[in-house]
Amino acid sequence: MARYDRAITVFSPDGHLFQVEYALEAVRKGNAAVGVRGTDAVVLAVEKKSTPKLQDSRSARKIVSLDNHIALACAGLKADARVLINKARIECQSHRLTLEDPVTVEYITRYIAGLQQKYTQSGGVRPFGLSTLIVGFDPYTRIPSLYQTDPSGTFSAWKANATGRNSNSIREFLEKNYKETSGQETVKLAIRALLEVVESGGKNIEVAVMTREEGGLRQLEEAEIDAIVAEIEAEKAAAEAAKKGPSKET
Amino acid sequence: MKLDTSGFETTMPMIGFGSNNDMLDGFCSVPSFDLPRTTDFDGFQKEAVQMVKPAKGTTTLAFIFKEGVMVAADSRASMGGYISSQSVKKIIEINPYMLGTMAGGAADCQFWHRNLGIKCRLHELANKRRISVSGASKLLANMLYSYRGMGLSVGTMIAGWDETGPGLYYVDNEGGRLKGDRFSVGSGSPYAYGVLDSGYKFDMSVEEALELARRSIYHATFRDGASGGVASVYHVGPNGWKKLSGDDVGELHYHYYPVAPATAEHVMEEAAE
Repeated sequence: MARYDRAITVFSPDGHLFQVEYALEAVRKGNAAVGVRGTDAVVLAVEKKSTPKLQDSRSARKIVSLDNHIALACAGLKADARVLINKARIECQSHRLTLEDPVTVEYITRYIAGLQQKYTQSGGVRPFGLSTLIVGFDPYTRIPSLYQTDPSGTFSAWKANATGRNSNSIREFLEKNYKETSGQETVKLAIRALLEVVESGGKNIEVAVMTREEGGLRQLEEAEIDAIVAEIEAEKAAAEAAKKGPSKET
Repeated sequence: MKLDTSGFETTMPMIGFGSNNDMLDGFCSVPSFDLPRTTDFDGFQKEAVQMVKPAKGTTTLAFIFKEGVMVAADSRASMGGYISSQSVKKIIEINPYMLGTMAGGAADCQFWHRNLGIKCRLHELANKRRISVSGASKLLANMLYSYRGMGLSVGTMIAGWDETGPGLYYVDNEGGRLKGDRFSVGSGSPYAYGVLDSGYKFDMSVEEALELARRSIYHATFRDGASGGVASVYHVGPNGWKKLSGDDVGELHYHYYPVAPATAEHVMEEAAE
């Protein structure tokens, strides 16, 4: 097979890699995704654009598991995501085979980020147009983690983060409102953050949780999400009323 | 992380732009190599293997007990009937918390254990935590498997202490890998097993285990011509390995079976009085 020797991603005179920056644009146009790390649970929530009536929504899942203890959500080109996810899944199993141990969250993040970087420095290929949010619990230590990777191939760990459409506003919200949470509180925080930019309702949000005890990824049902959204709205209304109430009296 | 098939490659692997392996979906095609020109493949293989078949002249043993792992070995190297050395180090220190034993080809064992040490260290640096004993033994087994049939002679035990406690694995040049509590490898192993198995208890103290290991090696060196020299014993605990003893088996013999004065000497003494 002929090997390509001409790189597409090359430096600009002022030190930018334009292809990578354009890839980041593609991410900015993708659906919003939020990840929150709690003390005993990690949550991913993704915006769901309205599904056509005839589409089987189960085939268009946006939050996927890479192994029993690792889950991934992304924003950007979904087709690129499929390729990256498949490679990551193979690597998770390959690691189990050669090292007899499941991967740590940091290891698989490093692998995915490494792949994304390789495609910015190879001939005949373009960078992957997606940023990922990776959550999970490390084997044995059971420490929860949340990592983010982007098209340039950098990655870092976060307490909470967002990517995709309006990720800046979501991140601002999270910076103001983040605190260490556990269990259902973590889920609520993630959904509250996403609701900042997404129309409220169970059918516009996809949420998945992984807890330390249960292990495994649990996708929340639409009805569950609706219930939590209702709770959040009630809390918001109560907070509003509390603000208005005292001022009326004085 | 794929199986190490670099032993099959006939040319330097091409590193650089768009190496094909990454663009293809995970599974690479099987590397190809020249087939020998013969009609009798099975017989040909057998002849070649017999020619380089390892005769592992040595005694090594290791066992897990309450306080960790005990590892012991003799120190004789033989070339046929010629004893080439009585002071070979057969317990190889892979890193401060993992030991490997040597049986088979000395050069093969030394090289591959050093190589394993490198891989373990790289793993530590990349992942910020120590590699497990099962992981290390798996790396070695996969490396040896890729050289299967090429005449390597390695019968080794990997002993260490990791997050899950004490670990002991047997790995050989066929690519076999076994997890276990007690192993003995080498031409003296049947004799060592006899003493080890009859004296083994899980609830031993370090001193009792040391004595058992030492005695097993001594008895193997007594009966097996290819084993001898010095019986070294190491202990692997939660904080790493420590060498406990290294006794010349000749001296151990008289320690276990002190010489009683012969009757002729008695007669001489009586006559002198």
